[in-house]
Amino acid sequence: MTSPADPHLDAAAYVLHALPPAEEAAFENHLAGCEACRGDVAGFRRTVTLLASAETAPVPEQLRASVMAQVSRTPQDRARRTSPPRGRFLGRYGLRLALAASVVAAAALGAVAVRQHSEAEDARARAVQAQEQARTAGEAFADVLTAPDATVHTEELTDGTSAAVVVSRQQARAVFTARDLPALPGDKVYELWYAAEAGGLRPAGLLDSTGDRASRVLEGPLGDAVAVGITVEPAGGSDQPTTEPLGIIPIGA
Amino acid sequence: MGDEPLPHAHEPNDELDTLLLRAADGDRDAFAGVYDALAQPVTGLACRILRDSGQAQEVTQDVMIEVWRTADRFRPDLGSAKAWVLTLAHRRAVDRVRSVQASKDREVRAGMLSPDRDFDQVAETVEGLDERRRVHRCLAALARLQRVPLVLAYYQGMTCAEVARSLSTPEGTVKSRMRKGLDQLRACLEAGS
Ligand SMILES: [Zn+2]
Repeated sequence: MTSPADPHLDAAAYVLHALPPAEEAAFENHLAGCEACRGDVAGFRRTVTLLASAETAPVPEQLRASVMAQVSRTPQDRARRTSPPRGRFLGRYGLRLALAASVVAAAALGAVAVRQHSEAEDARARAVQAQEQARTAGEAFADVLTAPDATVHTEELTDGTSAAVVVSRQQARAVFTARDLPALPGDKVYELWYAAEAGGLRPAGLLDSTGDRASRVLEGPLGDAVAVGITVEPAGGSDQPTTEPLGIIPIGA
Repeated sequence: MGDEPLPHAHEPNDELDTLLLRAADGDRDAFAGVYDALAQPVTGLACRILRDSGQAQEVTQDVMIEVWRTADRFRPDLGSAKAWVLTLAHRRAVDRVRSVQASKDREVRAGMLSPDRDFDQVAETVEGLDERRRVHRCLAALARLQRVPLVLAYYQGMTCAEVARSLSTPEGTVKSRMRKGLDQLRACLEAGS
């Protein structure tokens, strides 16, 4: 689903909302670390805003009344303003960072399924349902990612793939994500671990590695964990690692 | 990476930015000001994409509620309030056109409706306003190769892959034409201002 093409070329398509969901999420990852593309996006967005401004249509007066009535009973999201200020791009893009991709991929799969049976009404219902499912699945991720105290820890695994852990101490939860993990034979599985300072390892859940990005909210409380590890284990997982870790990602104290 | 201003940061303290910031703090009168300034462009854009004024008005309603709800996310250092709201509006309208019209339908329609003819129809209906005239003049000045992918994506909600299929052009080429098209459009709009 991701193209091997240079992500620097995607800024225009991104601003036009012409990237499919998985590519859009991938580009947002790229954006978080690419100053040049952020500049491009800002510039393209100004141009596109002029395109948009060239359109205008009358709006019935009752729409205003209806919007204002709805506004008077709609609470506002306060997530950001009440957060302590963090890196600007963490605020804007980091929230949809890495992990959004897996959620989005689910939505994209939903969309594909929808397209294959395309009776209009049926399709619409399914699309709504797929979006709803993706949204629910995304909430656990989103909770961690949008936590005011969320920190991001990245590390290269021994096979060269990169992995990241987002930690919220307040929520006592963490999210793991890795890109392009090699597919395993059916009798093996990736398992995640919380590592305590004393060296003890606690199982933190199995990782479904199908797809180009594998992500999950870690199981069990974060507790006093100082690192997250990943190993290859027999299907079903193990209570203690039976192989050398592919990587250990320190997550601070 | 950090806090240095973006290369194209816009003028700060725009009146509309201030209204949106106040709306983010729960000020409904300020929000009403945002609505009054942007409801027509939002509806116009949605109507252009959905070609149905009823649906466009529904999108406007959704967008405006979303603006109210998420105003806290607006960051004036990253762009104007108008850009922020119109980005939300474009996203909503495009999502809607994609969920309502099967991809095939839109491609078939795109094939039948020459984007040029479609564009010309719009150009004809453009009245008075200098800004609109300038935008349409600059769109018209783009080479067809750059203009068509831009128009199909922006005004018809087609993805790069759909544009690529309906023009029988590789996706990478489509992306670079979109890029070039926006660059040229920017140059034209800035030269004329
Ligand atoms: Zn880049």
